[in-house]
Amino acid sequence: MISFLQIDLPALLVGTLAALVCTLIGNFLVLTRQSMLGDAMGHVVLPGIVIAFVLAGTTATWVMLAGAFAAALFSAMLVEFLRRVARVEPSAALGSVFTVMFALGVLLLEQSGVARTSFDVHHILFGNIETAIWPAATSLASLFDLNALASLPPQLGRLAFGLAVVALFVVVLFKELRVVSFDPDFARTVGIPPQLIGGIVVSLAALAAVVSLSAVGVILLVAMMVCPPATARMLTDDLKTQVWLSLLFALASGIFGYAIAVLLPLAFGYEISFGAAGTIAVVAGLLQLGAMLFGAKRGQPRTA
Amino acid sequence: MKDVYPLAAVLLLQAGYNTIVVMLGAAALGAATGIVGVFAMLRRRALIADAVAHATLPGVALGFITAVALGFSGRSLPFLLTGAAITAILAALSIQWVANRTRLTEDTAIASVLATFFALGIVLLTVIQTLKTGGQAGLDIYLLGATAGMLREEAITLAVFSLIVAAIVAALFKELTLISFDADYARAHGFPVRLLDFAILALVLAVVVIGLRVVGLILIVALLITPPAAARFWTDHTGRMTMISAAIGAFSAYFGAAISAISPDTPTGAVIVLVAFSILLLSVFFGAARGIVVRGIGARRVRATP
Repeated sequence: MISFLQIDLPALLVGTLAALVCTLIGNFLVLTRQSMLGDAMGHVVLPGIVIAFVLAGTTATWVMLAGAFAAALFSAMLVEFLRRVARVEPSAALGSVFTVMFALGVLLLEQSGVARTSFDVHHILFGNIETAIWPAATSLASLFDLNALASLPPQLGRLAFGLAVVALFVVVLFKELRVVSFDPDFARTVGIPPQLIGGIVVSLAALAAVVSLSAVGVILLVAMMVCPPATARMLTDDLKTQVWLSLLFALASGIFGYAIAVLLPLAFGYEISFGAAGTIAVVAGLLQLGAMLFGAKRGQPRTA
Repeated sequence: MKDVYPLAAVLLLQAGYNTIVVMLGAAALGAATGIVGVFAMLRRRALIADAVAHATLPGVALGFITAVALGFSGRSLPFLLTGAAITAILAALSIQWVANRTRLTEDTAIASVLATFFALGIVLLTVIQTLKTGGQAGLDIYLLGATAGMLREEAITLAVFSLIVAAIVAALFKELTLISFDADYARAHGFPVRLLDFAILALVLAVVVIGLRVVGLILIVALLITPPAAARFWTDHTGRMTMISAAIGAFSAYFGAAISAISPDTPTGAVIVLVAFSILLLSVFFGAARGIVVRGIGARRVRATP
């Protein structure tokens, strides 16, 4: 029980919260044909996080957020410059920028010596859910002990903050988001600015990427931004239902994925181990495969 | 500044026979990706290439496991690359299936296939790390590329495959150019557009797999995107553009391999991508055909940019 509280509970919470925040905003990326944005976002914020860490010498939330946002903003400007001023083909502009930003991040990681201290390329790529531990938990009572709760892993606070902000925007702007996602032209005629709403969606995706990246790694955030929303889209035409279903699938992926990572090695007698970030993402992908094969709305016309 | 002399020496091929062969092999690879990238870009296959490249990871891991199970070294290149090719092809087929058979758009198909295959690769890698065999660390180089410890034979194999790819493009050059600029016209005149598109995808798959060892599967797509994007600023003529793109790819890979050779903590792929992107930025401003300076927009903006 104590080991569950100290080791499994924090990791499970980190994995699940990251899955939820990425999935929530991912719904709107999938609907607006920006699914690759999650992938791009996961790559471009890396140098920002590394530079911020090197300059400030801490992994405090606001430092990471500031660095990542600066990197995301810089990348967005670079892509726009290449597209509009230099007239590079859009996907080539995006592709060249997100690869070079990731390359820069990797080199900075290796060269600054950060790689050997707090996080390294492996953590960024594979996820390091397992490093979220809660040694202060001594019994079930710790769940109600404020002192013990204060020593929960810091990434948990970041993820909860990110989820709260994204959820707030989605709830408040739900009507606007729906109109812009399905019919930007109509949105314009009823006085909803699609560019502004689009900008908010991209900013929220950046926020989700930042709070998830150092906690669970690139791959889980990319998978969660696209797989659960895509799964839900196979089952319903209604946006609200889609969002709730996607969150349900994200939750299920988080729980089952983590359970597989922990329990399957037991079946093999501790001879092997799985990375939980990977198993969670694989479960999300398998759920999507199931929905694509059997979902009620899988082959409907694309203009819902 | 003390690094300048060794870099110059390495660039000028004075770093020992093995390093020279590796650098030339990397250059051949860069040229091949530059050539294939032109058509991948014109036929909008760049993001598919990214997904396919990430999807080689589970193949590399399964290749490792198979090799070990059969009593070979886990790092033996034929196993790893065969595995990589198989899962890459599966990913390409999956993307096509999702985009054609479900209501999901192509970008969602690409992103979800990329994520699922890469995640599966990561799960397999974490399994391999706990296996009781040697050589696990050797798999890392397929993520971000490395030229350190690369064998002469590997470099030569790589160069030979790159030359074959270049030869195939040369043989199909007229047809590929035609479908890139006017697919409808090509179709109306009886050219097998679907087959040629398939050929482009196959060539993309080939260079991705060949390039894993040097550039790594995360950044190899940059060598397909960035050199052609840069080459477009120098000419409007497809033939010349292909040659310039090949030259930019070759130079980036050569330079990246050289830097990586003198500083062991530098992933080769990352350096190559940074070099290629620098050339893109230079081309954006000074390119002879479409560069900003030539187009005469805003001389002030040019001065303000490093």
